[in-house]
Amino acid sequence: MASRPRDAAEPAGQRELLSAGDVARTVARMAHQVIERTTLGAPDSPPVVLLGIPTRGAPLAVRLAARIAEFSGVDLPTGVLDVTLYRDDLRRRPTRPLGTTQLPTGGVDDRLVILVDDVLYSGRTIRAALDALRDAGRPRAVQLAVLVDRGHRELPIRADYVGKNVPTSRSEEVHVRLVETDGHDAVLLQRKEEQA
Amino acid sequence: MRHLLATEGMDAATATAVLDTADQLKATLLGREVRKLPTLRGRTVVTVFYEASTRTRVSFEIAGKWMSADVVNVSASGSSVGKGESLRDTALTLAAAGADCVIVRHPASGAAHRLAGWLTEAGTSVVNAGDGMHEHPTQALLDAATLRERLGALDGRRVAIVGDVLHSRVARSNVHLLTALGAEVVLVAPPTLLPSGVDRWPVTVSHSLDAVLPTVDAVMMLRVQAERMHGGYFPSAREYSIAYGLSEARLGLLPEHAVVLHPGPMLRGMEIASAVADSPRAAITEQVANGVHVRMAVLYHLLAHEEEMA
Amino acid sequence: MTPLVPLLLRGVRPYGEGDPVDILVRDGLVAAIGADVDDGDARVLELAGAVVLPGFVDLHTHLREPGREDTETIATGSAAAALGGYTAVFAMANTDPVADNAVVVEHVWRRGREVGLVDVHPVGAVTVGLAGEKLAELGTMANSLARVRVFSDDGRCVHDPLLMRRALEYSTALDAVVAQHAEEPRLTVGAQAHEGEAAARLGLAGWPAVAEESIVARDCLLAHHTGARLHVCHVSTAGTAEILRQAKERGTRVSAEVTPHHLLLDDGRLAGYDPVNKVNPPLRTAADTAALREALAAGVLDCVATDHAPHAPQDKDCEWASARPGMLGLQTALSVVVSTMVQPGLLDWRGVARVMSERPAEIGGLADQGRPIEVGEPATLTLVDASATWTVRGAELASIAHNTPYEGMELPGRVVMTLLRGRITAYEGEVAT
Repeated sequence: MASRPRDAAEPAGQRELLSAGDVARTVARMAHQVIERTTLGAPDSPPVVLLGIPTRGAPLAVRLAARIAEFSGVDLPTGVLDVTLYRDDLRRRPTRPLGTTQLPTGGVDDRLVILVDDVLYSGRTIRAALDALRDAGRPRAVQLAVLVDRGHRELPIRADYVGKNVPTSRSEEVHVRLVETDGHDAVLLQRKEEQA
Repeated sequence: MRHLLATEGMDAATATAVLDTADQLKATLLGREVRKLPTLRGRTVVTVFYEASTRTRVSFEIAGKWMSADVVNVSASGSSVGKGESLRDTALTLAAAGADCVIVRHPASGAAHRLAGWLTEAGTSVVNAGDGMHEHPTQALLDAATLRERLGALDGRRVAIVGDVLHSRVARSNVHLLTALGAEVVLVAPPTLLPSGVDRWPVTVSHSLDAVLPTVDAVMMLRVQAERMHGGYFPSAREYSIAYGLSEARLGLLPEHAVVLHPGPMLRGMEIASAVADSPRAAITEQVANGVHVRMAVLYHLLAHEEEMA
Repeated sequence: MTPLVPLLLRGVRPYGEGDPVDILVRDGLVAAIGADVDDGDARVLELAGAVVLPGFVDLHTHLREPGREDTETIATGSAAAALGGYTAVFAMANTDPVADNAVVVEHVWRRGREVGLVDVHPVGAVTVGLAGEKLAELGTMANSLARVRVFSDDGRCVHDPLLMRRALEYSTALDAVVAQHAEEPRLTVGAQAHEGEAAARLGLAGWPAVAEESIVARDCLLAHHTGARLHVCHVSTAGTAEILRQAKERGTRVSAEVTPHHLLLDDGRLAGYDPVNKVNPPLRTAADTAALREALAAGVLDCVATDHAPHAPQDKDCEWASARPGMLGLQTALSVVVSTMVQPGLLDWRGVARVMSERPAEIGGLADQGRPIEVGEPATLTLVDASATWTVRGAELASIAHNTPYEGMELPGRVVMTLLRGRITAYEGEVAT
């Protein structure tokens, strides 16, 4: 293990990209964009479902739905879509525990599904999510909302709603912290630790 | 996990991880039209059964197919296995042909261990689908999954295993797994069907089913094999059934919440009354359904991770 | 054969006792023992304090010829014996064809003479074809060139009490001994391993101690009743030792052997299911090995016999139930005895001479083996480096088969030289040519 000098909360080479307040403002802005783009509440607009991708996409989807309800008065169903079984990198890592998939009542058929994740990077997680979604039903359309897009795509995938675009190098890591999973809100940029 | 050969020595964390995976797989597939996951695409799973067992073989086959693995079934008859090829040569042939996982059922205790030894170099995983009188670990896992479903956590629960413990690989695997998961096990059998040294197993032993039934959260009935009935282990099928069979009357001795399990195939009227097997207390069809999910979970834990250093 | 060269064994310790002396060997006999023996024309061998013992005698060896020459022959088995310090071996009768007639026993005897590394004494079968139904022609075998004095159906038990009684009675006229493989077959149907906690956990059908003990008890009573000599093969349980102690106290003419593996190994070896540990009778518990060591030290068990049993790789590299029982033993016996008996102080070197040479020679009726190390006696000797250790490698043993349970183990005590009637048969790990 690499040594971690100084304060454990602020390890060396770590920089805050978004504060707690920034995270809240970013989610609110994304909520407005969703309402606008999906013409939410209009008579001919499709029913929308928010599906979070574990781990941190799941609480983000719930937060996004809460903001949307606040701003538009429309309660969107939310769910969780675990993509582990669809990943193409299972053989490159130790065994991953499976997460829970919880589709909202009524499923995804003929709905506009908005996938929600914390960080968009290679795009492989989203590809897995699209495959998982296909087995879960037949949505009318699928969109993607991410808190951070850090670039370096390896597949032809782009997000429809981006909280913040962050230019990064591959030697860096982006960590999203959320109250629900980590006890506080923040987005951090960190140099990858040297291999011991 | 590299191989699944036994539940003996399996720690609670490992067992729980497999059972949790099985639960998630079950939830994922629940109500789906397309019961197919791409997880093991391109992986080859071979079942080699030296003993006939439609139940277990089909369960493994479905598990593999639902995970998108290519599943090949080899039965002892109609292949070189039936022509007297040694187990070792069969193993090496399957590995050379590209099997990522060999699922083996064999009448000799330890056969799966031997296979694992020969296949370690080839990187092929081995699943013990029942070896002689030794173990049948996926059966114990599916029993545990079923009990968790009905009872919640197994910690502190009391489970009776009734019947031919001596010859039962199901009993051995269940004793180890249930104990690891914190349950208390009571073995109920005539003395002739208890293993030597059972007093040093982490179990209690009784010869009275009537005394045990009111105290347990679950009762697991073991199959009485025909050859035992004629082997002089007990005087007659009738006497066995009277003393150790789960009759309808005995069902009433069980607490309200208690579950009845049977690994199948059942001898209705012998070790279990037909009405008991079909009662809502019995979880026998759930066991079969959970068998597929547990075996999917086992394949996931064996095959869906990076290569471990040998 | 090359002419006999006089040898001067310099700096050796008979029975491991006293200061080193020189032993002059001439014309096949011990010609002189003492400090500074005149070497004259003798070939001088510096032996740096090696322990001198009478040549070892193995009452229980499977040489596999005729029938399974792919696993051992009389030639390779004789080489293994010489390297292990043996000067005489008894070759068990369960060959193919079975040694139940004069033709086969004479063949084995003759081949042993031709090879010349060790005296090969064929054991004759008690019953025709080892079938346990009809007595073999014991008298004809006894009066053949092979002069058979030990009869055994080893591998199978003469379980019919009437047949065993007749065999014992009949053997008294031949000055022979009946060596019993004590295993009540009805108690060992399908048996795979010692009936106990280890086998029960592993799902291996049990071979209960009582299956041996009940036959030994019965045979001791039969031997007592008939006045015949009974020898109990490969005693494996504490209970058998106790029965033997009582029978001997009663005056029954019974002797018994224990194998090196039953002195050292126990059923903890079953885990992993490697059939190299499969043997009949099976490895017992640690309590049994401890009791067997005590019984050997006390003379309740008369001798160590190897039950050397070569098996082909395909008969061991398989599932446990299909594997054949048996292990190599000739080249490792002395080291196991040193490890289990000498180092813990249970036997001194006189004791080793007793259990490895003198008693088995008496039981087998060999007048010229197991003799005292004295002037005028045959120079049939084994020299041991007591302080050496070595690592067992099955592939390096002289047997064709490699099935040693001691693979990779470092064992104490090494045979430096074996002499058969004044001729070197093995020296420094090489067989004489």
